[in-house]
Amino acid sequence: MIVANRKPFEEIIAMLKPYSKILLLGCNECVTVCATGGSKEVAVLASEIRLYRQKEGRPVEIREVTLERNCDPEYVESLNPFLHDYEVAMSMACGCGIQFVGEHYRGRLVLPAINTTFEGVTEEHGVWAERCQGCGNCVLDKTLGICPVTRCAKSIFNGPCGGSQGGKCEVDKDLPCAWQLIVDRYKEMNMLDKYLEIQPMKDWSTSRDGGPRKRVREDLKI
Amino acid sequence: MRLSYPTNVKIIKVPCTGRVDVILILKAFENGADGAYLVGCLEGDCHYLVGNLRARKRVEYLKHILDECGIGGERVAMYNLSSAEGQHFAEVAREMTEKIRNLGPNPAKQTAVRKI
Repeated sequence: MIVANRKPFEEIIAMLKPYSKILLLGCNECVTVCATGGSKEVAVLASEIRLYRQKEGRPVEIREVTLERNCDPEYVESLNPFLHDYEVAMSMACGCGIQFVGEHYRGRLVLPAINTTFEGVTEEHGVWAERCQGCGNCVLDKTLGICPVTRCAKSIFNGPCGGSQGGKCEVDKDLPCAWQLIVDRYKEMNMLDKYLEIQPMKDWSTSRDGGPRKRVREDLKI
Repeated sequence: MRLSYPTNVKIIKVPCTGRVDVILILKAFENGADGAYLVGCLEGDCHYLVGNLRARKRVEYLKHILDECGIGGERVAMYNLSSAEGQHFAEVAREMTEKIRNLGPNPAKQTAVRKI
C-alpha cells in the first residue's frame, strides 16, 4: 500500500488561510489502511480546522467526502455535482489522488494535507515500513524475497558494504542490513552458491530515471 | 451514598471507554464543551481486556490534537476508577470542574458567543 504522513497542522492551516468554504477529501484505499487519510482522519482534521478557525473568529464550512478511490475517474467524477460549490479542495489522498482530482477540475486548487511517503507493509498494528520502490525490474527472485533496491540504504546489488555492522546498517542502528538479511536467507535455504554470482550493473531506465512511467493495455481500452 | 458532585458535569454512558473515539470528544468541543474526561475501569480490570488502555492512548493523542488547534490539551483527562469508588468519582468531578473553571471557557465557544 501507499503509506503517508499527515502534514503539520500549522502548514495545513496556513494553506487554508484565504478560504472559508472547503471540500475535504479522503480516500478509502491505502491511506485508510495506514490511518492517514480515511474517513476517520478526515473527520478529525475537519473538526480540528473548525475548532481552530472558530477560535480565531473566522468560522469555516467544511464538507467531508471520502471517495472509494481518488485514482480512478469514475470515483473522481462523483465530485462533479458539488466540487465547484467550494472555494478550494484539500485532499488527504496520496499524491496520485491529489493530482488526479486536480486534473479533473481545472480552476479549483487541490491542496495536499498529507505527505505521501512510501510503498510499504503493516509490520504490526500502527507500524508501517517500506518494501518497494517500483524500480520496474524486479530482482526478488535473485535476492530470495528481500529487496536490495528498497531495503539497502545504498541500493547496492553485491552487498553487504563496509557499513554493515552486527547485522545493522550504518545509517541507523535499528535498521537491519538488507544484505545481511539476504545472506542469512541464502544460508537458511542452502543456496549460498547463488550468493557468489556477481550481479551486473542494474538498468535503471525502467525506474524513475527513465522519466514518468505509463502502462497501456490495448485490449482493455474502451 | 447520596454524594453530590458539580451539576455541570454531564455523564455520557458507554459500554467501555475503549468505545470512545477521538472524534467523539472533538465533537463535544465543537458543540461547546469546556472540558471532557474519560472515566474507565481500573487498569488490569477491563472486561474487554484492553479497552481502558486504548482509551488512555487516545486521550494522549487527543491532547496533542487540542494543543495543535489552540483549544488546549489540558482540557481532557483520563481517570481510572472502580465502580465501588463513588467517593472518588465525586472528587474527580470536583477536581476536573475546578481545573476547567481555572482554564476558562473553551476558546472556540468564546469567539462564537462574542460574535452573537
